[in-house]
Amino acid sequence: MTMECVNPEGLRLDARQLCMHISCMLNLAQIQNSSHQTLETRMTPILMKGHERPLTFLRYNRDGDLLFSCAKDHTPTLWLAHNGERLGTYRGHNGAVSCCDVSRDSSRLITGSADQTAKLWDVKSGKQLFTFNFGSSARSVDFSVGDHLAVITTDHFMGVSSAIHVKRIAEDPQDQVGDSVLVLQSPDGKKKINRAVWGPLNQTIVSGGEDTVIRIWDTETGKLLKQSDVEVGHKEAITSLCKAADDSHFLTGSHDKTAKLWDMRSLTLIKSYTTVVPVNAVAMSPLLNHVVLGGGQDASAVTTTDHRAGKFEAKFYDTILEEEIGGVKGHFGPINALAFNPDGKSFSSGGEDGYVRLHHFDSNYFNIKI
Amino acid sequence: MEVVDIDARAAKLGINWSQVNFDSIQLPPGEDFGIESDDEAVYHDDQSEFDTGFGNIIVVDHLPVVPKEKFEKLEGVVKKIYNQLGVIKENGLWMPVDPDTKMTLGYCFIEFNTPQEAQNAKEKSHGYKLDKSHIFAVNMFDDFDRLMNVREEWEPPQARPYVPGENLQKWLTDDKARDQLVIRSGPDTEVYWNDARQKKPEPVHKRPYWTESYVQWSPLGTYLVTLHKQGAAVWGGADTFTRLMRYQHSMVKLVDFSPGEKYLVTYHSQEPSNPRDASKVEIKVFDVRTGRMMRDFKGSADEFSIGGPGGVAGASWPVFRWAGGKDDKYFAKLSKNTISVYETETFSLIDKKSMKVDNVVDICWSPTDSILSLFVPEQGGGNQPAKVALVQIPSKVELRQKNLFSVSDCKMYWQSSGEYLAVKVDRYTKTKKSTYSGFELFRIKERDIPIEVLELDNKNDKIIAFAWEPKGHRFAVIHGDQPRPDVSFYSMKTTQNTGRVSKLATLKAKQANALFWSPTGKYIILAGLKGFNGQLEFFNVDELETMATAEHFMATDIEWDPTGRYVATAVTSVHEMENGFTIWSFNGIVIYRILKDHFFQLAWRPRPPSFLTAEKEEEIAKNLKKYSKKYEAEDQDVSLLLSEQDREKRKALKDEWEKWVMQWKALHEEEKLARQNLRDGEVSDVEEDEYEAKEVEFEDLIDVTEEIVQESM
Repeated sequence: MTMECVNPEGLRLDARQLCMHISCMLNLAQIQNSSHQTLETRMTPILMKGHERPLTFLRYNRDGDLLFSCAKDHTPTLWLAHNGERLGTYRGHNGAVSCCDVSRDSSRLITGSADQTAKLWDVKSGKQLFTFNFGSSARSVDFSVGDHLAVITTDHFMGVSSAIHVKRIAEDPQDQVGDSVLVLQSPDGKKKINRAVWGPLNQTIVSGGEDTVIRIWDTETGKLLKQSDVEVGHKEAITSLCKAADDSHFLTGSHDKTAKLWDMRSLTLIKSYTTVVPVNAVAMSPLLNHVVLGGGQDASAVTTTDHRAGKFEAKFYDTILEEEIGGVKGHFGPINALAFNPDGKSFSSGGEDGYVRLHHFDSNYFNIKI
Repeated sequence: MEVVDIDARAAKLGINWSQVNFDSIQLPPGEDFGIESDDEAVYHDDQSEFDTGFGNIIVVDHLPVVPKEKFEKLEGVVKKIYNQLGVIKENGLWMPVDPDTKMTLGYCFIEFNTPQEAQNAKEKSHGYKLDKSHIFAVNMFDDFDRLMNVREEWEPPQARPYVPGENLQKWLTDDKARDQLVIRSGPDTEVYWNDARQKKPEPVHKRPYWTESYVQWSPLGTYLVTLHKQGAAVWGGADTFTRLMRYQHSMVKLVDFSPGEKYLVTYHSQEPSNPRDASKVEIKVFDVRTGRMMRDFKGSADEFSIGGPGGVAGASWPVFRWAGGKDDKYFAKLSKNTISVYETETFSLIDKKSMKVDNVVDICWSPTDSILSLFVPEQGGGNQPAKVALVQIPSKVELRQKNLFSVSDCKMYWQSSGEYLAVKVDRYTKTKKSTYSGFELFRIKERDIPIEVLELDNKNDKIIAFAWEPKGHRFAVIHGDQPRPDVSFYSMKTTQNTGRVSKLATLKAKQANALFWSPTGKYIILAGLKGFNGQLEFFNVDELETMATAEHFMATDIEWDPTGRYVATAVTSVHEMENGFTIWSFNGIVIYRILKDHFFQLAWRPRPPSFLTAEKEEEIAKNLKKYSKKYEAEDQDVSLLLSEQDREKRKALKDEWEKWVMQWKALHEEEKLARQNLRDGEVSDVEEDEYEAKEVEFEDLIDVTEEIVQESM
């Protein structure tokens, strides 16, 4: 008995092609096998090493082609979202950068930093357009619908209590002024407000922070409209808040090892996701009913135990059933930032380890059934 | 009252919490804030301690009636009598006089300094004969009212109607034959059914702050004991856990049941104020059912231990070790050079004296018989050999003894049905620089109790763990060097060698440091706790094969359920992370996992021994197929029902979610124009329908293979 291998094109497969073919085969085999597999087996992430300190925030632009990353080093960085190529950095901050937001047309970037400023940048040129000065660290920033307003939260510092500032963003940077349109004082001024975002039609601002309470404020009057129920709300500091594309609901992550999904208008608790480690970052898939939680053991306790104990995994949950689907491992420190590409076909995570990991889902992911 | 209740109540009364200034509220003085406790016990305790305050006064009756002239003489006599029995207060003697006749009335009141003295005087002088016609009748002043009301005629006491108690064994009649377990996490103590069919625990009872330190089941599972500042309490009953009895022992630290759960031993020790002194120890023995204290022992910790590093604050627990069997007849205490064996009929020492055994360091009861094994180490620098002896109780006859030479330490392991005793002996090598281990195996049930010496294949192996198969004739040993020691199984009788120990198998290089036999034998878990991060190997010793290997990361505790069907592994709060427990089937399949923060304790509720005879059990085992059929059908029903319920639940959740999404979509649509305005007229809402998931299948032709099949003829 003899066997002969004939390539249909009559060519020798070179090594690279072979690899491609093999990986193809593997993928196909896995599809046939089962849909119940952890996600980690299917994706090769792109490792983006550009930051020297822990990541704090990740943000895609609306088109999903650019990815902005913030870290405790002083330079927010811009990456190409499909291959992880570094396009440039925004130099000018003099402290850890905690948050950023990009305008709808991807022309403006706003960043908040521990150097007590928030800065407006020209995305393309990397030029600083304006600097808002505060008496304390700027913790979170968010552009409103229409990009004419921005909400910036500041920490408490030296007798200044934590607050939410609303700034008007001028069309022309020449006309930009630093005055606040509205300042909201948190009832507990000694606790950080970790995140504040705009509600539907810029009528409300939703904030959450270390005092565990989610608050909805009226942007016209500055009045507190609603706050989350103590019984069902978070029990420990809220670390992250991510809203749906249509501003209808939002997801909060907390150190109490849960993430909760709320209606943005009524502040009704809709879903609750329980995990085993403190949640530092949350994201919602715009495409499927999936939510992702990232976190891990507190950075200070990490070195004391086995690396597996830290659980530095991005955990995927079914939004509706509240059940865990799978996890993506890889970071060797807690995950501090998570973001979904607006097309829902890739996501990136940023860790205490200083890496950004960019994951493109393969076809298996879209066939998961639980 | 729950917070919810309070809120509801407040709403009903029209109280707005935000307007209530809590600082302005002034509570009524007193420890109970003017609110009387509905707990009777609080009431009772107070009464007994602070009665009317006349507790130190006695009334002496039947004194001679004397005229005024003899008053002082009589007074002198009475004083003389009672001064011997206690200190009479100044002006503490009062003999009333009839105002008309000036004669004494034949009685007097005496006030002592303390109630104890009064009590003592009453007891000693009641019935004292002053002379033939004057015999003292002495009573406490406090009792007088009560005594006055005693009716002249005797009434037969009324028989109290019999109130049937709760069925304390009800949990055994569970129709699904499930087992219960208790867990403590955070402030809560919870009892669950282990429902393996439903793959989750079913709550039975939950109570926050149920105990102040830990909880413990009684050995037969009837009671759950909780510890409190005031003492211990046992709980049990048919459906909910009701308090059955309380045992007063303030600041109780540890408790222990007798094996037949007739008696409860409670322990309390107090750190000495002077660190050089030994700590004070108080131990009480209670009858579990009546709550009566049978005996208490007080003393310094030295009297309850043999010195050296003890377990808890001086004494090693349990101080009293109970003889095996259900009779709860004897218990023994080890102290320096003595073994004190008590019997429970009178709660006194057998033959009124302790056994003197010089330098005894360890004693151990047979789990079934009243045989005590004891170990005496070498003395006089090796002139007097070490000794292991078996002593029959109550006769104190030495059944068997063995002298051992150059011994550094001994440990005794009884097999659970009392048939064998294994003594692990650590001996010095010739240079005395290191030790090696061997076993002395006693066959208790055979004539003359033969002893066999067993040495491991490699004599120098360190022995890490040893465990007898429950009710069986096999044992397992972990020996060798960390991190990959070997595990060996031995049998006391094989078909070829009935009277000799023989090795069954050695498993090389296992990540294990602890052994957990199933309570029914046959299966064992080789566990690597602590340093091994919770490696588990489920091993079948009959077939000598591994059934499963698994890991419960960081596991600290492993406990089999009493039937040997399931096993629980837990991570308790010694670790910060991963607290919770996992239930496995006996062959290593995960049934379910529960995560609980601040997880302290997990304990299966023990079952009393089966009433079935050995023959009956054998018969059931033979016809297992017939019996199991019914249960398999039930299992299938349950799993069908479960998947049905699951589907329904999912559907409901999906529907609910759809409702939200519809609502959001509608609102989003409504706000479309407003949003457009905010965006300076840009038609904005493209994001929704832009993407959709499509399933695309494509095939790649990788290569084509041609096979030429040559038939070789």
